Amino acid sequence: MSWFWRGLRAGVLTEGPAPEALPESLSPGLPRATEFSTPAQAAEIAARCPTGALEAQDRVVGVQPDRCVDCMRCKSAQEWRHDVRWAHPDAVERFGSRFKHSIHVRIIDAGDCGSCLNELAQLTGPSYNLHRFGIFITPTPRQADVLLVVGPVTRQMAGPLKVAYEAMPSPKRVLAVGACAASGGIFGPSVMSAGGAADAVPVDLTVPGCPPPPLAIIGALRALCGQEPPA
Amino acid sequence: MLSDVLNVLRSIWPSIEWRVDDGSIVAVLPREDLRAVAKYFSAQRWRLGTIVATEGRHELELRYCFYATAHPGWAQLIIALNPVDRTIASLTPVTIAADWFEREIEDLFSVRFAQHPRLGDFVLHDDQWAENAGLMRPFVQSGEDLPVQRREWRPKRVLEEEGAFVMPVGPVYSGGAESALFLLETVGEDVVRATPRLFYKYRAIEKIAQGRTAADALLLAERCAGTSAIGNGLAYCRAVERALGATLTRRSEALRGFFAELERLRHHMTSIREICESTSLSVAASQALWLEEQFLRISGELCGHRYLFGVLAIGGLQRDFADPALEACLRKADALRPKVDALRGALERSSSFLDRIERVGIVDREAAQTFELVGPFARAAAISADMRAVQPYAPYSGLEFNVPIEEEGDGYARLRVLFAEMEESVRIMAALCRDLPADGTRIDAAMRAGRGLGWSEAPRGASLAWVELEADGTVSRYRLTPPSFRNWHGFHVATESFAFQDFPIVLATLDLSVAENDR
Repeated sequence: MSWFWRGLRAGVLTEGPAPEALPESLSPGLPRATEFSTPAQAAEIAARCPTGALEAQDRVVGVQPDRCVDCMRCKSAQEWRHDVRWAHPDAVERFGSRFKHSIHVRIIDAGDCGSCLNELAQLTGPSYNLHRFGIFITPTPRQADVLLVVGPVTRQMAGPLKVAYEAMPSPKRVLAVGACAASGGIFGPSVMSAGGAADAVPVDLTVPGCPPPPLAIIGALRALCGQEPPA
Repeated sequence: MLSDVLNVLRSIWPSIEWRVDDGSIVAVLPREDLRAVAKYFSAQRWRLGTIVATEGRHELELRYCFYATAHPGWAQLIIALNPVDRTIASLTPVTIAADWFEREIEDLFSVRFAQHPRLGDFVLHDDQWAENAGLMRPFVQSGEDLPVQRREWRPKRVLEEEGAFVMPVGPVYSGGAESALFLLETVGEDVVRATPRLFYKYRAIEKIAQGRTAADALLLAERCAGTSAIGNGLAYCRAVERALGATLTRRSEALRGFFAELERLRHHMTSIREICESTSLSVAASQALWLEEQFLRISGELCGHRYLFGVLAIGGLQRDFADPALEACLRKADALRPKVDALRGALERSSSFLDRIERVGIVDREAAQTFELVGPFARAAAISADMRAVQPYAPYSGLEFNVPIEEEGDGYARLRVLFAEMEESVRIMAALCRDLPADGTRIDAAMRAGRGLGWSEAPRGASLAWVELEADGTVSRYRLTPPSFRNWHGFHVATESFAFQDFPIVLATLDLSVAENDR
């Protein structure tokens, strides 16, 4: 059987619109602000966080999602959200309407552990099929509208990252994907890592998560080209 | 076994004090005996697992860790170096496997290795930092403490032929590739040799682990390579547990094995997908991507994270998993097997595909032996090098399983090993599920000062960890030797004389992770 027929016989594997609450098979979720019964309990939960993503104020444990690295230590107590709209800030300066139907994205690995890149690879696969939104991955920054940065920006990748950014034509946007690119994650800021993409290039939109699920990344890319609001 | 080796060592070097400690032969050697002893171990087919350098305020120590391949057992040869002189004879002329370890230690600890064939530009790049800057030395607290040096860096050219030139590829290239620079030396149509320049993604995990608690450093171990979080995390956990003298419950050992195999399944699917992508066989690549996504979903459904982060903990697992959930996971993995088999069958019948991966990137048995390669890369060249079998650990020590071996050492042999290992992994998961002990999933390991060596068979091969703990449980030294670091060392062997267009294919079949190497 030729590959052509084999492909046709597989049918459509792309799934419909994302459900409002994602199951854990699609996304680990993100912690969200939770109220506990006593301030002591709240302080205990916040102290579990190794990266300072949780902060206790009286009985409420607030969350800085950019710092969360999915260590799962708070999951038994803290509430987690299971939506897809993870990108922030809400008011992103969009491209003009000419970009609404198609943008090209250049991915830059600035020290990623491999899991964000792996989720990005899934985007172009049949399950998520990024192309249906008119969003394409391009190998050259010279044809890219969006620079998608993963990793905390290591000292030895800061130079190449800036060169790639400079090489892009205007208007251009930068999307920081994952806890590392958002805040340095577990690695930075430290002796060889910066505290995220914003330390090297101006970041327009950030998707937290370690790694963010493919549907959250799609949401951010669609928000950048004005197809839907970020959050 | 280990006692026989000990007797032989005592008879050859009677002046050295040899002892056995926790499954390892340990000895403090005088500097001048190192080469002779290392030569003896190499001749007995012991492999150099790692070299650990540790520097305190007044002392500098090198620890050469070898492991036997014929029976369980390790050897740790310790050299106390003069912290002012910092010079020692290089082991690279004795065993080439020491080459990259020594280059790394030269950069990070400013140790001078006499007679090393090629030092320079390695972890800390020469266009940013001065040579042997010593990042890991105690006085370096931040990047600002390092001697900076901005000078032009030019790739080394070996080829002298007329019209020869070096074509650089990277560090930013291709769609979603990891950052690394490849220097392809060519005289025209064919690439004669390819040299990687790595460590663009160097995050200094060993440096930033210092001073963190044992539990927090586990997060670094997992994220050294997110695609083999269990593999590298397990080696780290086992090292810490040895340092603490903790004995785990049988259930947690079994579950760790279950997760390690689940990760291997998903990781190998990713590798197979990358091989399909590199040959531009898009239907196969799409089907492999879909299968990979199914494995990711199975993982997420079971433990709440698609890449199995946050499963491991010091002393066992972070939480328990119900037997029915594990069985459901196994059933789903098993149900995907016919689809994986169908993909394999279709690939094996596609002559256009086979033409592109057969006899490319050949690494023969001898090279795999010399460079001490690990994982599926080595197994495709008839070297088993599977830590689950060579240095058995729970739960594998009580299990029967096959280690798939191929002879040819080319891209196709590596693909066959990947498929065969996936089958084996499901079988191991089933065997572990059949009788799960019920003695709890976590013990409370009391913190104490200590040091320990841990190892595991990560999806890409042997992962090693050396951990030193303070009395309060903070990490004072974490040395990790991931499989990709070993295998990138053999990269240039696979890339001798090939056609330009085969480069992505060779790279994909080697199954190397830049993140894992760069740490």
